[in-house]
Amino acid sequence: MMSPAIELSNVSRKFISPKGKVTLALRDFSLQVREGEFCAIVGPTGCGKSTTLGMITGLNPPSSGSVKVFGKPVSGVDPKIGFVFQADAVFPWKSVLDNVACGPIFRGLDPSAARDKAADWVRRVGLAGFEHHYPHQLSGGMRKRVALAQTFINEPAILLMDEPFSALDVQTRAMMQEELLGLWSERKASVVFVTHDIDEAITLADRVVVLTKGPGSVKSVYDIPLPRPRATEARYTPEFIDLSRQIWADLKAEVSI
Amino acid sequence: MNTTTSTMTPAVPSTEERLALRRAQNYRRLVIGLRTGLALAAIAAWEITVRIGWLDPFFFSQPSAIYQQLATWLTEGTGQGPLWSELLVTMEETALGFLIGSVLGIICGIALGRNKLAADVFSIYIKVANAIPRVVLGSIFIIMFGLGMGSKVALAVVMVFFVVFGNAFQGVREADRNMIANAYILGANARQVTTSVVLPSALSWILASLHVSFGFALVGAVVGEFLGARHGIGLLISTAQGTFNAAGVFAAMIVLAVVALGAEYLLTAVENKLLKWKPPQFVEMGM
Repeated sequence: MMSPAIELSNVSRKFISPKGKVTLALRDFSLQVREGEFCAIVGPTGCGKSTTLGMITGLNPPSSGSVKVFGKPVSGVDPKIGFVFQADAVFPWKSVLDNVACGPIFRGLDPSAARDKAADWVRRVGLAGFEHHYPHQLSGGMRKRVALAQTFINEPAILLMDEPFSALDVQTRAMMQEELLGLWSERKASVVFVTHDIDEAITLADRVVVLTKGPGSVKSVYDIPLPRPRATEARYTPEFIDLSRQIWADLKAEVSI
Repeated sequence: MNTTTSTMTPAVPSTEERLALRRAQNYRRLVIGLRTGLALAAIAAWEITVRIGWLDPFFFSQPSAIYQQLATWLTEGTGQGPLWSELLVTMEETALGFLIGSVLGIICGIALGRNKLAADVFSIYIKVANAIPRVVLGSIFIIMFGLGMGSKVALAVVMVFFVVFGNAFQGVREADRNMIANAYILGANARQVTTSVVLPSALSWILASLHVSFGFALVGAVVGEFLGARHGIGLLISTAQGTFNAAGVFAAMIVLAVVALGAEYLLTAVENKLLKWKPPQFVEMGM
């Protein structure tokens, strides 16, 4: 059997504050993501959703347990990984084109070749004509498109997304979800998508993992059998509503005080 | 405005817009008019109060005397040589001190900002060094480097370094953690993160400090000349002081003010060019 794209086995992660207070963010957490699978993680605030992503990138190693990417233990930043952040992480001093060209240039591609490649990706995310704008001149949704192009240009085999659309308004968010599914379906990266929005998780994912409140561990897992390609309209089908109700029931038990 | 946001083609302005534009223009004229008026009134009041005997010209001098002093310096030169060459000496010391001090400050600020251990070890010494009145070092520099340019440049460097260093360090510390993580994941190595994320995000802090520190460089050069020199505006002031020539002190002050204003103008131009990616500061005018 092929090893899964991402494998977290019994990981825990502790944080130690400067005053020496220890907080446990994740406890005995295990998760496997198959190659080409879109996995969404939902859970209450502060349950360690983002922490899982940090461990997969190698920027925040776990306190115990093992994290493997394509069968190999994670040590340092893996070039196969792409990450889309919740907050704006595009560089405000670079134009749209230069932002998108960043990854290939960092990885040693010749700058003019990188810009050609970037121009193609800028077009693909629908920002043709905005190549020489600075991020502050764009709307929130357009900046997210820049972030997507910046990540996808590296053609990551593993895509980690930390509530990427949570700052957008509802309509823009629906548009960006369709955009993401479109880009993803071309190369089928393995995705871990963290969100607090149940409908977003069901719309996008093959599998939804619900976490308990902090310190987080897996509470339940739902397979989403909805056919692809999915459009925004899928959320009005009875299966969708049924799934949404079940997941909410799970989550409600965790968020109620 | 320093940024061009021309996604919209300007339509033909309506009457309302034209009126608002005119109102904005009138306001600008009013500000300039009031500024000029205030300066003229202050100078006139000074001159008159001296002439009718309310102020003693021995201590306070008077605008006409200062003007005459400037005119003499310009046409006949100062006691030490032509005004231009004196000014050039001071400018050279200031510029050299400013350049060396700010480059050193930027390098050290970024190096310490990127290295937590070094920052924790050195921070205490930097606080101490910053608390000492650094002008005192001028005397040591005169002993070390003599009456020539070196001692003034050294004093200007010390004055500039700590301001720029502090801001560069703070700017590096304030660099967005997400952006740094983003750069690492996109494939940057530590050096690339420093040059393409940390440095640009610290740049607005650094540029802000350069405005203040040019003034400090000037102070360093002039004070250095006070303490002992053969040429320069500072020496001119201390000579005027020695001969109880108040007009000379004021005239030298005006020369320095012109220099400082010119430098400020240049720095603002550089800043606007380097920070053209920043959102423009909109000044809204009610319509």
